[in-house]
Amino acid sequence: MNIAPDTAAVLDALNTLAGGLFLLTAYGIVATRQARGCLLLFIVQSVLLAASALLLGARYQAGHLYAVGIINLVAKPVVIPWILRRTIYEEIYTRREIDQVLNIPTSLTIALVLVVLAYFLTLPLERALAPEFRGANLPIGFAVLFLGAFTLTVRREAVPLLIGLLAMENGAFFAGIGVSRELPFLVELAIASDGLIMVFVLGVLTRAIQQRVGSTRVGALATLKEEASR
Amino acid sequence: MSLFAIVLLPLVAAGLCWLFRANALAPALTFASCLAVLALSWHVAQQAVILGTVVAIPHGMAADSLSALILLLIAFVGTTAALFSWGYMARMHAHSDRLWRYYASLNLFLFSMLVIPLVVEPTFIWIFVELTTLASAMLVGFENTHAALEAAWKYVVLSLMGAGVALLGFLVLFAAMQAAGGGTYTWDGLVTAAPHMPPVLLQTSFVMILVGLGTKVGLVPLHTWLPDAHSQAPSPICALLSGIETTAVLYVILRLLPVLKAAGLHLGPWLTAFGLVSVGVAAFLLLQVRDYKRLFAYSTVEHMGIILTSAGLGTPAAHYGALYQVLSHTLTKSFCFYAAGATLLAVGTREIASVRGLIRTAPFAGVSLLFGGLAIAGAPPFAVFLSEFSIFRAGLAGGHYTAVALLVLFIAIGFFGILRHINGMVFGRPMDPSRVFVRLPASCQATLAVAGLPVIVLGLYMPAPLHELLRLAAATLDR
Repeated sequence: MNIAPDTAAVLDALNTLAGGLFLLTAYGIVATRQARGCLLLFIVQSVLLAASALLLGARYQAGHLYAVGIINLVAKPVVIPWILRRTIYEEIYTRREIDQVLNIPTSLTIALVLVVLAYFLTLPLERALAPEFRGANLPIGFAVLFLGAFTLTVRREAVPLLIGLLAMENGAFFAGIGVSRELPFLVELAIASDGLIMVFVLGVLTRAIQQRVGSTRVGALATLKEEASR
Repeated sequence: MSLFAIVLLPLVAAGLCWLFRANALAPALTFASCLAVLALSWHVAQQAVILGTVVAIPHGMAADSLSALILLLIAFVGTTAALFSWGYMARMHAHSDRLWRYYASLNLFLFSMLVIPLVVEPTFIWIFVELTTLASAMLVGFENTHAALEAAWKYVVLSLMGAGVALLGFLVLFAAMQAAGGGTYTWDGLVTAAPHMPPVLLQTSFVMILVGLGTKVGLVPLHTWLPDAHSQAPSPICALLSGIETTAVLYVILRLLPVLKAAGLHLGPWLTAFGLVSVGVAAFLLLQVRDYKRLFAYSTVEHMGIILTSAGLGTPAAHYGALYQVLSHTLTKSFCFYAAGATLLAVGTREIASVRGLIRTAPFAGVSLLFGGLAIAGAPPFAVFLSEFSIFRAGLAGGHYTAVALLVLFIAIGFFGILRHINGMVFGRPMDPSRVFVRLPASCQATLAVAGLPVIVLGLYMPAPLHELLRLAAATLDR
């Protein structure tokens, strides 16, 4: 914490900027119809997460956060798209979703409500934390977690659903680097590699569904709906 | 030393399955590794009773009596599932050349579950909970049918969604610990730091963990994926998913109870209410199922609710009842799914309405199904009856009359629902008397005998060492 106050202020401001953009990408994922667009937004989002980790690392001289930033910079924008390309057929990316559960203006309005909700929910938490842990990370992290969960409920195509899950994890991490900086390095590494396994498993599953069912609109699968169906 | 061996054996077995890709070798290998893990777990449980805690890595890996109880249950169900798989998978997938994949995933799944009770660092546990989902997803979808893949997809997406919420919960918990002045981030460290934690942080993190992991436990209203996954997976996997995976995740939630208590937070009534909702909803769903594997899956939702209800009552006797219920449910539910698997082998359909007079067409499966149905519904003299009874007694002693009354009512409805369906399947007039008699594979018969033994023995009396283990494990929750 022994850095000049001016530098600290600049780093804080930059971190808040990264946070704002991070939140915007989550909105984008809710609203983007094309799978490839979602993936691109996710990559930008992960870079912003890494940027926030690096900025906080510089601000508080925390070596762990540098490591988190670098892990995220390698694992998410580079390795995840590579795994997806290996497991899922290319043509899924070109698919556009015409029939989302809700139309896009309604979705975005609900998303806005969720973000406001996240801010109010995190207010008492912020008050309970020491000053150096307060900041934009906690509310924005919660907001992105909620938006990711919301994405899961309104999308039907496999890739946007997968991106929704990854966005939730990004949100949890974004809040996490704000409030729990001393987390053991091994844990960070394990959580990151866990994300990779998740993408691999879901990718393999998506391919199996595509081959067997002939569609990747996994959200619309409903043969197991309820007892009375047969 | 034994703790390392317990964790490494299934990993090695998975590696060997993957390396040799031999469909004939894989089942034997898996079974052998499971037997060794079971023996080691038994040893660890004995040590935990004597020493209190068996430590492998300080602040990293250790087993106290509660861990040992869960460990023993995972090892037991793992062993019976491996044995049942041997004959069952060979019969169901006779011409498949992918069987080694099944056993490789099974070993990975067992590995991820066995680690959960042994690790004491909460974020690490989160990682392994997530790994159980990922490893079992392949097993749920193994049949590669439309329905199985759909179930696997729902299972993974909902569980991972819950996992995201739980992850943030664990990170906030870590922040709460730092706000309390730090310490080691372990279950014990949390209990020590709890009195100094800002209550709002602890409360928020607990609610997030309860909701997040509750999804994987199958608590209502987050249970929708459970009957799909627990019915579409191959039967031995259902036994693992329903019998022990849900419980292993519930164990993580239970571990937080002493932390809440140390902080002076009284969330017990909320847990009881949450639990009762699960029991009630499941009881009514049990009445209207049409698929007998789904019947047992809904019964899992019911039992998870019962355990949570009892844990929420908060008295030492109620904690004992909750863990007793964990024990009896795991043993009985895994048996039920083996019986369901045997029935499926005999009749080839999962529909309750198309199975009649099983006792005449397939006596072994019929008797097992009846035995399992009675046992899981809570009829005397089976283990579940005694554990439910101990919960009622604990509730009445603690003055929770409304909770106990509701619990009794819902369990009675569930009892009626389960037995109505089972009765029709086992007795009744066979629909197709000319159907050829199917002989069960020897390994399946052996599994039913082995898995059925504790269900009946624990209904008659509780062996002293097991009672001691349960008592000490319940004391861990009362700290």
